Amino acid sequence: MIPQQQSDFDHNYLKPYYGKLFPFADIFKWMTYGHDGKHPGCDQSYFGRREFSFTLKGDFYLRFQSFNNALELENSIKEKCPLKIDIGPVYTVDPAKRHAYAQGDNNVFAPVERELIFDIDMTDYDDVRYCCRGADVCLNCWPLMTIAIKVIDASLRDDFGFNHILWVYSGRRGVHCWVCDGKARRLTNEQRASIADYYRVYKGNENSHKKVSLMGAALHPFLATSYTNVLKDYFEKILLTSQNLLATEERYEKILSMIPDESIASELRGKWQDSRRSSSAKEDINVVRWEQCKQLLQSGKHKAQGLRRCVEEIVFFFTYPRLDMEVSKHMNHLLKAPFCVHPKTGRVCVPIDPNQCDDFDPTTVPTLFQLLEELNNEGSRADVNGAEWNGTSLGNAIALFRTSFLEPLQKACKEEIERSYNLKLQQSKNSVGW
Amino acid sequence: MEIVRPQSHRNLFSSNDAVSVPSLPLYRSAPPLEVRLEDFESFAIDRLRVLKGISDGLSRGKKPEEMEKLVKELWKVNMRHQHASEVLNKDIISHFVLRLVYCRTEDLRKWFLSMECALFRYRFRFLTPEAQRAVMDNFDLTCRAVNNVEFESIKEKLGQVARSMGQPSPTVDAIFYKVPFEEVPELVAGRKVFISQGYAYVAMNQVVSLVATLFRSQLSKTLILTNRVAINCCRKWTSSIREQEKHRLTPIVEALSSSYLGPDFSQPREYAEISLKDIDQVAKSSFPLCMRHLFDKLKEDHHLKHGGRMQLGLFLKGVGLNLEDALAFWRAEFSKKVGLEKFEKDYSYNIRHNYGKEGKRTDYTPYSCQKIISSTPGAGDQHGCPYRHFSEENLRAALSRMGVNSRAMEDVMDKVRNRHYQLACTLTFEALHGMTCDAGINHPNQYFSDSQKILQPKKDSSAQNLVTARE
Repeated sequence: MIPQQQSDFDHNYLKPYYGKLFPFADIFKWMTYGHDGKHPGCDQSYFGRREFSFTLKGDFYLRFQSFNNALELENSIKEKCPLKIDIGPVYTVDPAKRHAYAQGDNNVFAPVERELIFDIDMTDYDDVRYCCRGADVCLNCWPLMTIAIKVIDASLRDDFGFNHILWVYSGRRGVHCWVCDGKARRLTNEQRASIADYYRVYKGNENSHKKVSLMGAALHPFLATSYTNVLKDYFEKILLTSQNLLATEERYEKILSMIPDESIASELRGKWQDSRRSSSAKEDINVVRWEQCKQLLQSGKHKAQGLRRCVEEIVFFFTYPRLDMEVSKHMNHLLKAPFCVHPKTGRVCVPIDPNQCDDFDPTTVPTLFQLLEELNNEGSRADVNGAEWNGTSLGNAIALFRTSFLEPLQKACKEEIERSYNLKLQQSKNSVGW
Repeated sequence: MEIVRPQSHRNLFSSNDAVSVPSLPLYRSAPPLEVRLEDFESFAIDRLRVLKGISDGLSRGKKPEEMEKLVKELWKVNMRHQHASEVLNKDIISHFVLRLVYCRTEDLRKWFLSMECALFRYRFRFLTPEAQRAVMDNFDLTCRAVNNVEFESIKEKLGQVARSMGQPSPTVDAIFYKVPFEEVPELVAGRKVFISQGYAYVAMNQVVSLVATLFRSQLSKTLILTNRVAINCCRKWTSSIREQEKHRLTPIVEALSSSYLGPDFSQPREYAEISLKDIDQVAKSSFPLCMRHLFDKLKEDHHLKHGGRMQLGLFLKGVGLNLEDALAFWRAEFSKKVGLEKFEKDYSYNIRHNYGKEGKRTDYTPYSCQKIISSTPGAGDQHGCPYRHFSEENLRAALSRMGVNSRAMEDVMDKVRNRHYQLACTLTFEALHGMTCDAGINHPNQYFSDSQKILQPKKDSSAQNLVTARE
């Protein structure tokens, strides 16, 4: 287990970070969703109705911050040097004016658009990882995040038809997902909750008994695809061994307790208690034992209830993504902005490419100290664009953000604005000529 | 729709072209009908009886088959009319009158919307296939049936979905509707449909859910509009209506809206006020299991996650714990784990927030059983309804710690197996207090106050039973 890393963080260093590295222009372009005033169909008020919130040093918390343009956003952040920047929804009116509109019961100040977001946190997997606990992560348990990204990303695209999806490292122990299609931003709370529930498999906690229950003669296509394409291989080829899931009595008892048929569990227990003495060093003990387990469970000999999907249930229990339901369900839930620096680790919240997420290594994500050192070493060699981050490790992260996310998104947004503008023109023409 | 007295004719709603309505009206527009003043009130009250009956049935955890029977009965008894031709008119008029009454606040709208949607859903199930198709036509659904070619390409997936629900695979002549997934949130949430590229493939037997969602969204939008119209209407109405009529109608409208929501425990009753020193004792004697569990866990771990803090915190507020005592209570526990400073910094704000002293100053109401049962406690959480969320083993242990005897235990577990969580809690109450609880438990604070009523009868001789919700 790798102990929690030395914090590469110092609040004083945020000033040069915001001064030279934080990509304000990119965040602004993202948040305007095409409403930059260049097209007559643009909504000039759109950006100004978005809530930002800042956590300042000393744990002061500023909510309902809003800005009319990129410069205001940039100046405010540079001046306040927030430890954390959160992004909230777009409201009906400028959040700064909310008190004027919240009259009694008919609340006219309400969220109208908000990205569909997901938050996946390694601490929710503490009962299935033995290498770390709590806020620690290492390369042995990080695959759990990789699995989550693959399963959810594929489903968001194939099942729900979303295209503009941004995955971000949370800076310490998890990942965030921002779904930015117009359709996603306009989802109601109920619809968001339904998507979160669609993704929910693990239910319960220490008080409940069975946490993964896959009934029915077949798995829903989404679960079946996830199992075949992602979960099975990650479980059998990576996690079984890296987590030593069956190597010791304590660990294999946990899996045996998930088998509803006591005779099978006893048979396995018998085999494994003996084999400790006669282990062949050739094959990994976890792999061997899992094969034995599968054989018994899938032999069809025992027709006990609840046995049919036992293998899948075990695999799902150890691998399937665990989302924080509350984050996704409400439009007004705030979420940390990409490119913030995590105060406990000093790491930057960089985007993760879902197509290359196998290669993502949380232990090599650029830190605040590292970046500032790189800046110093660059010296006076100014970049052609004037963008200082180009010479640093942050360059790759920002390039990824632009090419794989921001540019396609902007293109789609502009097209949407133009389309709905033309539609409105057409409608008003039609209504005139009756 | 016009309200008529023999002499006066006044248009309240703009008239719309008559549309041929299916036997299940969609209440899209108020048709031009004449309504007698007596009927105005009596029709609305009859419909209100139906809606209240549905509300009661739902909060008692009746299963769908039981609800179907109930709705049929309620409708038959209350909504008939001596002239068969008038039945439809009564249906439409009563809906629109109640709409006028219930559009006025967020709480009223929510209740009315829920009950009307439940009513619509069950009535839809009784319709003949032709009548159902007519309703679906009105929602432009029939044109979205999946054609053979597409069906062939997804047949296997559709089969998987069906079998995952214990149903047989669809046959070649099965009808499926392809709709945006946003229109069937229930089916999506339960993974009961195949979804691809943003579309859900809804089976014929699931159409009820689809139609109900569409009905709900339509009604929800119009309720908000009605509110704006009604405000204007009422101004014109009260200024132009004759004195007699005004005195007759306004009280009717007022009475209708305040009568049927039941107590929400936002105002703590006097006799239930508890102080810090009483807490440990009343927790043992009068807390329902869900709160007892949270309380015990808090004492044990000196911590609770957010869901647990909300559920227990608001319950204590409802029971009469004032802000000062609440802060002292939570501080005493939390500071043992996180220290005094961290408590003040991270947790005291939220407690004050719950009492309406911070932020937008909403005075949050304690959670009802329905809300608690439908919560989703995850890893590390202790909130929720133990009858639902605990394994049988853990539930038995918790109940025996509370003092439930073994015979009552079996009755309680039987209710739990049949998913009647509130009835299970009611039986627990009865076992522990040695008395029946006819009303059934709907709210943790109700459990508490009923318990206190039994254990401390002297305090309570003149207390009122029901607190009607204020707008």
